[in-house]
Amino acid sequence: MSATTQQPSRRPSVGDLLARLFGGGSGTVFALLIVVFAWIFIVNPSFAEPPSLMAFLKQAAPLMILAIGQYFVIVSGEFDLSVGSLVGAQVVIAAALIDGEEGRTVPVILLMLGFGILVGLVNGLVTTLLKVQSFITTLGMMLVLYGAIRLWTGGAPTGALSEAFRQPGRGGIDMAVVRQLPWALMILLGIVIVAVAVMRSSYGRTLMATGDNERAAGFAGVRVWRVRTLAFVASSVMATLAAILIGGYAGVTAQVGQGLEFTAITAVVLGGVVLGGGKGSVIAAMAGALTLEALFVLFNQLSLPSTIRPAVQGVIIIAAVAYAARERARPRHHQEVPTQPQPATQS
Amino acid sequence: MRTTRALLAAAAAAALMLAACTTDEPADTAAPDESAAAEDPGAEGEEEPEQETADGEFFVRADFERQLAQRDIEPEGDPATPWLQAIEPEYVDTAEFAQDGNTLCFSNASVSNPWRVTGWITMQQQVEVLQQQGLIGEFRVSDAADDDNQQISDIQAFIDAGDCNAIIISPSTTATLTPAVEAACASGVPVIVFDRGVNTDCMVTFIHPIGGYAYGADAAEFLVDNLEPGSTVLALRILPGVDVLENRWAAAQEIFADSELEVLGDEFTGGDGAEIKNIVTQYLQRGEVDGIWMDAGDGAVAAIEAFEDTGNDYPVMAGEDELSFMRKWQETGMTAVAPVYSNFQWRTPILAATMIWAGEQVPSEWVLPQDEITEAERDDYLERNADMPALHYAKFGGEDLPGFPAAWQDR
Repeated sequence: MSATTQQPSRRPSVGDLLARLFGGGSGTVFALLIVVFAWIFIVNPSFAEPPSLMAFLKQAAPLMILAIGQYFVIVSGEFDLSVGSLVGAQVVIAAALIDGEEGRTVPVILLMLGFGILVGLVNGLVTTLLKVQSFITTLGMMLVLYGAIRLWTGGAPTGALSEAFRQPGRGGIDMAVVRQLPWALMILLGIVIVAVAVMRSSYGRTLMATGDNERAAGFAGVRVWRVRTLAFVASSVMATLAAILIGGYAGVTAQVGQGLEFTAITAVVLGGVVLGGGKGSVIAAMAGALTLEALFVLFNQLSLPSTIRPAVQGVIIIAAVAYAARERARPRHHQEVPTQPQPATQS
Repeated sequence: MRTTRALLAAAAAAALMLAACTTDEPADTAAPDESAAAEDPGAEGEEEPEQETADGEFFVRADFERQLAQRDIEPEGDPATPWLQAIEPEYVDTAEFAQDGNTLCFSNASVSNPWRVTGWITMQQQVEVLQQQGLIGEFRVSDAADDDNQQISDIQAFIDAGDCNAIIISPSTTATLTPAVEAACASGVPVIVFDRGVNTDCMVTFIHPIGGYAYGADAAEFLVDNLEPGSTVLALRILPGVDVLENRWAAAQEIFADSELEVLGDEFTGGDGAEIKNIVTQYLQRGEVDGIWMDAGDGAVAAIEAFEDTGNDYPVMAGEDELSFMRKWQETGMTAVAPVYSNFQWRTPILAATMIWAGEQVPSEWVLPQDEITEAERDDYLERNADMPALHYAKFGGEDLPGFPAAWQDR
């Protein structure tokens, strides 16, 4: 009998719900999200209007998609540092190959997906079969992609994206109240549904088990290399989708994608997903991304000087993660208790 | 445990509060002259702009005034070849450097943005012409990829090789590269510095357009002239701490401070289109933005699209002579101007080297003209560059070179 079954089963009260929400682990991120949003609404009530919220979700969607991809890799116990460069590379490739011709949109998107899968496979296979740490593999991939694009374009992107390519990131269905229901939001919802389904499938469970204890998973018959490689592929495909949305949202600039890998990792960690793998939910990772974006909005609404923002962001992230980690440490304590004599009932 | 938790939460909150407080300081100083114009009920007057007059590390009033005056001085030389024109030149004798050797060495800071890429292509085309004429032999190049230490050793390698007949340097940063430039001068070969400056005058010539103050002023004056008093302006900047960019913003602050425009804020964008669009969208959610001032127009289109996507009217806009922006400007018919940081300056150092080898006089400080592109000239420049990529610069000044236009298209 495990300690958890001995917990007295009380009816959940409002206090319990609040305690769960603000109590730590993945819950912290939702609490933080609520606080940040409430603060934004207080500072600028017009942000609560549907068109503003839609615009916010449209701009947040790429980071949330990146966070979902990063979640797969992190929960399996690895890192993917190449996603920022991949986003940059994909946007530059799209612009160069489409070069303003509408007819090339779909073939180029297919090509981008193919390229994304290839990058994910290389990341995954080098990490799992050659046993190179993913930190190094993907750092290398980040530099390779960055350098290759530099070499190919001579330092600055060329070409132009087609109107059709820009639709998913920029367009949407025009309607009353919200002004525009962005395609990006609908794409995001589709991806979330798939991601949640995947995490509930047997693959998702083996992925989690692999991250939790690679050896145990291996003994249990999990082909660790395959599970992890697929996680890297998922991450690269998500980066490709994010690139399509970012390119669509903002067009081509030389700096696109720079630093996104760290923002995505920060988002996942903020979502309570444990670096090293094995813990955390995909929804929480996504909420982490949403919280980060909301935080950027809040800084802007508060008119914080740009120069101080990274420092404030850092403090909030460390505080939130530290807070969540303290809470997470508790159940572990409980699980160790059964080795010692324990009273059958608790008051 | 609970107290620790509370402490952590309090620390986070305190950090936010503290940070929020810092914005109030400039508000207090700016309040007296702004209070009358606080007509926007949404903004409540508590978010006052940072209107303090710039007078610090990146603002030297004498330079500011000199550059503003230089804009009105007719440059010497043929307007058809602006890369050979000079504003108030003081010529130096170069007879001591006259020679038959013609190996040209160039230490480049980087090609890390479209402006530098465009210029670099122009430079190579110019070299090719002179190589065919036999005026330049080998053209040896090193690219430091924005790394000061790399560039210092690149320059040292040229000195050590001992067979450069002239060294051209486009410094990565001002102070750090100064000793390296001095070492190059000490080696006895003619040294030519262009684009960003260094803290020495040992080089034979220092080539640059008028400068950052003039650029920032061109943009700011246009906004002041084209916006109603009391209108709001958002400033979008790329990076902090780079002198040519800081000068642009310092000049703009001077001009905005003397105007009746309200500066909503100045934001760093990293030149990333997505970041630019996010920031502008957020400002539009807070209230009206009537004008946009940019310290570099890379990504200007993303800013304009933020107005389109949120259903707002186009702002009065100061972008840059990058074609993506100029095409958008033409397409929308918005009120705009394209300040220019003359890209054609990349031709000048090459020509200067051949002049020095021939013992001809060159200006010791070679100030090139720097004229903004106005609506009247816009279509002409766009027509001339019709086949050029979006991130190309209108005033690249290479139309007469043999590689035009293919060299700039196949970058």
